[in-house]
Amino acid sequence: MEQVIQALISGILSGGIYALISVGLALIFGVVGLVNFAHGEFLMLSMYIAYWVYYFIKLEPYESLLINLVLMATVGYIVYKVIMTRVLEADHSMQMLLTLGLSMVLQNLALMLFKADYRNVRIDITTDVINIGFTNLSTARVLAFIVAIGASVALYLFLQKTYTGVAMKAVAQDGKAAKLMGINIKKIYGQAFIIGTMLVGLAGVLMSPMYSVFPTIGANFSTLAFIVVVLGGLSSIPGAIFGGILIGIVESMAGYLLGPAYQQAAYFLLFILVLIFKPSGIFGRE
Amino acid sequence: MLKINNLNAYYDEVRVLKDICMTAKRGEITALIGSNASGKTTLSSCISGIHEKVKGKIEFDGKDITNLRSDEIVEMGLVQVPEGRLLFPKLTVRENLELGAYCKRSRHGRVQRLQYIFNLFPRLEERQKQYAGSLSGGEAQMCAIGRGIMSNPELIILDEPSLGLAPIVVKEIMATIKRISEEGTTVFLVEQNVMQSLKISHYAYVLENGIVKAEGGGNELLESEEIRKAYLGL
Ligand SMILES: Nc1ncnc2c1ncn2[C@@H]1O[C@H](COP(=O)(O)OP(=O)(O)OP(=O)(O)O)[C@@H](O)[C@H]1O
Ligand SMILES: [Mg+2]
Repeated sequence: MEQVIQALISGILSGGIYALISVGLALIFGVVGLVNFAHGEFLMLSMYIAYWVYYFIKLEPYESLLINLVLMATVGYIVYKVIMTRVLEADHSMQMLLTLGLSMVLQNLALMLFKADYRNVRIDITTDVINIGFTNLSTARVLAFIVAIGASVALYLFLQKTYTGVAMKAVAQDGKAAKLMGINIKKIYGQAFIIGTMLVGLAGVLMSPMYSVFPTIGANFSTLAFIVVVLGGLSSIPGAIFGGILIGIVESMAGYLLGPAYQQAAYFLLFILVLIFKPSGIFGRE
Repeated sequence: MLKINNLNAYYDEVRVLKDICMTAKRGEITALIGSNASGKTTLSSCISGIHEKVKGKIEFDGKDITNLRSDEIVEMGLVQVPEGRLLFPKLTVRENLELGAYCKRSRHGRVQRLQYIFNLFPRLEERQKQYAGSLSGGEAQMCAIGRGIMSNPELIILDEPSLGLAPIVVKEIMATIKRISEEGTTVFLVEQNVMQSLKISHYAYVLENGIVKAEGGGNELLESEEIRKAYLGL
């Protein structure tokens, strides 16, 4: 029993990170209408930034958080301006090919520059644990969970309560009407894209003390985030948060009950079932 | 105030507006009437800067706005209440109205203007917390007009405000449009409801297949044999 609870908690903790990666993807899809296959590569990029900053100037990922986010925002801005603005009105298939291409370029660039080595940031927090009575939890994972959920909820509140956030939702709901109301929608698209990139960048920072970084790490997380976003009802932020936690739990429980080999299979199965029986997503409305 | 000169508009290679010339005078209601597919909405889109393929010249307040972005045009004081309302369905009525005041020119005095709109349409105040998607047709039109006025426009384009509304509601909306005009906003009214719109307009243009077929004072057109036959079935 204790082990089940432990697996459950572990799943929830991972789920927080998945949620954070996914809300960025959901925001970009919901507002800009872009399916960004390079989302996972942004995660990879931020993890490399965290790694190299630690390697060269010994700043731990949490300490270099601001530098990292500023760099990620810059990356988001450049990618949006130089690449995405060209396909905003193009077919979905064109956009997908383009972002897929971008993800391959980034992966191979990383491979060329940094080699295929697995690189780790080993710091105190990596091995610290906190005791919560019956079990020990990794400090890094608990901290990551809290910050990830906090940031995801902050995004939700931003969209719900601030004027700019409401304007973003308006653009998502009816771009033409938004234009007619004097909203510069390309600017809003850019802002949403940058926020989405920064959120996945934050996820990279949080993951750095726990996960190794290597050129193809983004691919797994891209797929996972897509599944989460579909489960969550595509553009819904709360849907992506709950979807992320759900996938974390499914993954962890499958690992515990059936063995590690079944972890991915379990959430893919869930994904397929949802597509068959409730294509609007578990948390999505019709 | 608004001056359109030799305007041509295309969808791909198909020309749907042909050498349009029109003016709307400050303080007046100018109507643009015409049957389905005559090009009214296309013309409204051209003026508001959301139609891509345009040739010719559109001047607002003496300035060339032909190639400006839609948000720049709103910033100058020209707003459009689009056909079919196009409210933001999953935002509340109040959020819809507040977004009308997105441009800089309308930031100042937006609180008073919201009050003015609630005054104009008390029903919107009652429903301010409700999703715009759940409004009735008449209420939705009120909300759309209110959202337009929130931008503090000098000229407001209304594209088929009577669309799909019961005759009594149409009367109500038309009376409001007249009131808005009397309170100082210039109105460009695009309509298929020829009778109602000619009644309140100072000047009107008749569009047919993308060509201006006739023009004249509102009453003058109401009395014209041709218009009565073609549009009023009299
Ligand atoms: N997106 C589009 N692509 C291609 N052709 C279009 C498009 N929108 C309108 N048209 C064509 O342009 C012409 C003018 O259409 P428009 O919508 O401007 O007419 P309208 O006078 O507003 O009609 P209604 O009274 O039905 O609103 C029509 O022949 C229509 O088929
Ligand atoms: Mg029309």
